[in-house]
Amino acid sequence: MASMYSAKVMEHFANPHNVGEMPDADGIGEVGNPKCGDIMRMYLKIRNNVIEDVKFLTFGCGAAIATSSMATDLIKGKTVEEALKLTNKAVVEALDGLPPVKVHCSVLAEQAVKAALADYYRRQGVDPEPIVGKIEEDCDHCDGGSCEL
Amino acid sequence: MENRSNGGFQPSEKIVYLDNAATTPCAPEALAVVVEALSGACGNPSSHYSIGYEAKEILDRARAQVAAAIHASPAEIFFTGCGSEADNWAVKGSALTKARQNKRHLITSAFEHHAVLHSMRALERMGFEVTYLPVSPEGYVRPEDLEAAIRPDTALVSIMMANNEIGTIQPIKELAEIAHKHGVWFHTDAVQAVGAIPVDVQELGVDLLSMSAHKFNGPKGVGALYCRKGVWPQNLIDGGGQESRHRAGTENVAGIAGMGAALELAVSHLEERMAHETQLRDYVIDRVLSSIPEARLNGGRAPRLPGNVNLSFPGLEGETILLDLDMHGICASTGSACNSDSLDPSHVLQSIGVPEEIGHGSMRFTFGPQNTMEEAKYLCDVLEEVIPRRRAMSCMWLQGQNTARQFSRKGEK
Repeated sequence: MASMYSAKVMEHFANPHNVGEMPDADGIGEVGNPKCGDIMRMYLKIRNNVIEDVKFLTFGCGAAIATSSMATDLIKGKTVEEALKLTNKAVVEALDGLPPVKVHCSVLAEQAVKAALADYYRRQGVDPEPIVGKIEEDCDHCDGGSCEL
Repeated sequence: MENRSNGGFQPSEKIVYLDNAATTPCAPEALAVVVEALSGACGNPSSHYSIGYEAKEILDRARAQVAAAIHASPAEIFFTGCGSEADNWAVKGSALTKARQNKRHLITSAFEHHAVLHSMRALERMGFEVTYLPVSPEGYVRPEDLEAAIRPDTALVSIMMANNEIGTIQPIKELAEIAHKHGVWFHTDAVQAVGAIPVDVQELGVDLLSMSAHKFNGPKGVGALYCRKGVWPQNLIDGGGQESRHRAGTENVAGIAGMGAALELAVSHLEERMAHETQLRDYVIDRVLSSIPEARLNGGRAPRLPGNVNLSFPGLEGETILLDLDMHGICASTGSACNSDSLDPSHVLQSIGVPEEIGHGSMRFTFGPQNTMEEAKYLCDVLEEVIPRRRAMSCMWLQGQNTARQFSRKGEK
């Protein structure tokens, strides 16, 4: 079947990994904007500094679902510090590429992970900004900006 | 990008084509005429020897077929390369003709096809003024709005006959009467209407009308502009003397032949086609609105193109639904920004006041004569499976529900 997406993207879209809610999460992050058509919510379960479990809910296109799924795969079982190093580029590469117009979805996935980690730090009484950096809660493409690798 | 196929799922063998507003399969009768024209009369219709005359005869026949289908005279039909060219010609050409009388104001609606809207934008950059009429929440242009917008320097009014996304049919006769009362030319982009509903230029009273062959089971790459006798938009393509010196370029003889055959066929079966498509349309609308929570119909139910269904599924983004349907072999389209290269949400849905977050979850299904009730039922079966599954993955579902409720309450007022 011909598609604008790679086989890997279609695989994660058709059967996304780690979908769902997590009532007892240690950190929850939500980024995106309904007007743009992409919102990602990520839940983390963290034990002994390790991401024991991760779940997501995403409103968005095929790429938004696939990048959410891949981002959760890439951080599951990793330490908090390792997860902080997740880049949108790593998500795109793991998905065997994305069409240029969809790269912003991978940026959103990276930001969703960071937003959830920031929430985790906040719950620990730690100011997240020096560690996690500033979270772009809105994807800037709606304001005429663009996302690049 | 490599590895574009077979992403770990079994694609459906069956193709259910429900995107007839995008394009239609070429009818075998039209295809036969195209092949015959391509393989037979190989002369240039402008040449003066037997095979040139044969090609000319093919053009004459097609012109007569197209003219008869819309109740025009053959001398009023000008073939173009596509519907967009016909729209560009009508809009820009009329503006240029009327500019000589210092009429530099045009009126159109907010939800026209881009072939008209972007032609208007181009004219604005050249110093023309354009008024964009609003559209009612049901998807209709109000005649009183046109009446109020006409000025002494208005050159042209261009309002589409049927909207390509939501299928609403505009009160063209009434709108054209208003334009004529003020001595203003009236153009209608009838690309979605010709071959789908009765179109009679005498009855409608329009001066210019655009159409496109591939929307009524003809070949791609050919359209036509009807220009009422005495109405002359300035040429856009100058060169040889083709199309009575109004549109240069050696004619696409085979495409034009196919257009004539396809339109004759469509019009001769119009009533049964409309009845058939209406049945499929109403089945899908009624079933989906009752079986899928919060689904809403975009555009009024009547008057509406017989084959057009446009539904929003709050909580979801249209491309997601599109991909799921594709995996089930169903071809449809979405008004979602995420499925366009520009990331702009549908200007049509915005014009009728659909909130962006709901517009993102809109799907268009358009039926043609070849579709069956079995396919309409299959579409509903798949939607009833796919929509709840994807909503369970969507963080917007609850929020979307609330927005939809607010929106429908607002609509009830």
